[in-house]
Amino acid sequence: MRSVDEIVNGVLEGCRRALARAITIVENEQEGYEEILKRIYPHTGHAYIVGLTGAPGVGKSTLVDRLAKVARAHGHSVGILAVDPTSPFSGGAILGDRVRMQSHAGDPGVFIRSLATRGHLGGLSRASGGVIQLMDAAGRDLILVETVGSGQSEVEIMRYAHTVVVVVIAGLGDEVQMIKAGILEIGDVFCVNKADREGSDRTVADLRMLSENCSEGWIPPVVKTQARSGEGVDQLYQAIIGHRQYLDSTGHMRHRQLRSAEADIRDIMIEHVVDRTLDLARRDQALDGLLARLTARQTDPYQAAKYLLNAYGSQILRVYEGDVE
Amino acid sequence: MQRIRVLVAKPGLDGHDRGARVVARALRDAGMEVIYTGLRQTPEDIAEAAVQEDVQVVGLSILSGAHNTLVPRVLEQLRAKGAGDVLFLVGGIIPEEDVEYLKGAGVHAVFGPGTSTDDIVTFIKSHVKG
Repeated sequence: MRSVDEIVNGVLEGCRRALARAITIVENEQEGYEEILKRIYPHTGHAYIVGLTGAPGVGKSTLVDRLAKVARAHGHSVGILAVDPTSPFSGGAILGDRVRMQSHAGDPGVFIRSLATRGHLGGLSRASGGVIQLMDAAGRDLILVETVGSGQSEVEIMRYAHTVVVVVIAGLGDEVQMIKAGILEIGDVFCVNKADREGSDRTVADLRMLSENCSEGWIPPVVKTQARSGEGVDQLYQAIIGHRQYLDSTGHMRHRQLRSAEADIRDIMIEHVVDRTLDLARRDQALDGLLARLTARQTDPYQAAKYLLNAYGSQILRVYEGDVE
Repeated sequence: MQRIRVLVAKPGLDGHDRGARVVARALRDAGMEVIYTGLRQTPEDIAEAAVQEDVQVVGLSILSGAHNTLVPRVLEQLRAKGAGDVLFLVGGIIPEEDVEYLKGAGVHAVFGPGTSTDDIVTFIKSHVKG
């Protein structure tokens, strides 16, 4: 299984080995990755994508495992994307989310892939968008994306997920923590996990107050769960379905699709124009000189950026003339 | 950019994974991505995880003495799922006299008690490109 043809066909047929290999190629940006993503793109847009985010240790992996179980009971196939941090020192990573996702042994209806952030900030890995598309094209009905354990600004998940579940536990902070901007603002559903902990009811009440005061239209429901025993997970699943119905019935879904389509194009344009400009300048040995002048304060970053775009921009744009269909 | 991806797994019933976790950390510190799956995995679970994670290396830790039974079953499952080309390592309490049998079954290296983690890192890096 080496050629792009075989891999693309394998993915579209739902072959797990082809899907796994395609994810690797996309993650590494190996030769053929753009071609693979281009060819599967027409077959995407069918999966429902749910993101789970929250601080380390709140129980995201276990919740993902239990949600997958409920989705399987409803007859849906599931793809799980679990992101863990890369060590900033060694570049290595320990990806341990599978430890808590053991309910699906032997079930081909659940496909789990662990990704390392590889230096990407925002709670996901750079390849996440592509990996979600691959799982979508492979026919997964529901895709559960677990972010790295996140704090207050890892909000990139909202770009990919239709429904964002913010998972919290009692005792992590006072009400002021809750009204800060960031992760709590992006929740479409709140989940207070480990609900046997002292203070859980208070946390639920605080979150309800917050969501009822701050939102127009959709009021994020607050669900109490104990993921390990499975208590409340059905309600969490129903809350996600409820949000999906809201999106579908109000036209918000369309709005989200358009917004995410624009973000996709934007990323690729940045990659093409910015990265290639720098590559060309490096090849010309123009970059080193420019950087030296910059560090000597003989020019400024704004000036330098304009210089590079002016010097190489037209060259880059000409490259695409033959490429556009 | 390619990274070496390693699955570290414990098949069978022994409930002691300190060794596996030490190895996992050492591989992380050597720049590898280590997928750790935890205790009590069946041969099929391990092979399926290796496929889904598309790893180049599978390392089993076995302390129970059941290696001669478990290892061939994991290898058989890997081959059946089309992942028979991984670098396959076994560590734990493996008596010297069993090493040859395991290698004959398809194990590339056996790392017994007292192995330095550097040796494991070096072995992987000399067999897999990252």
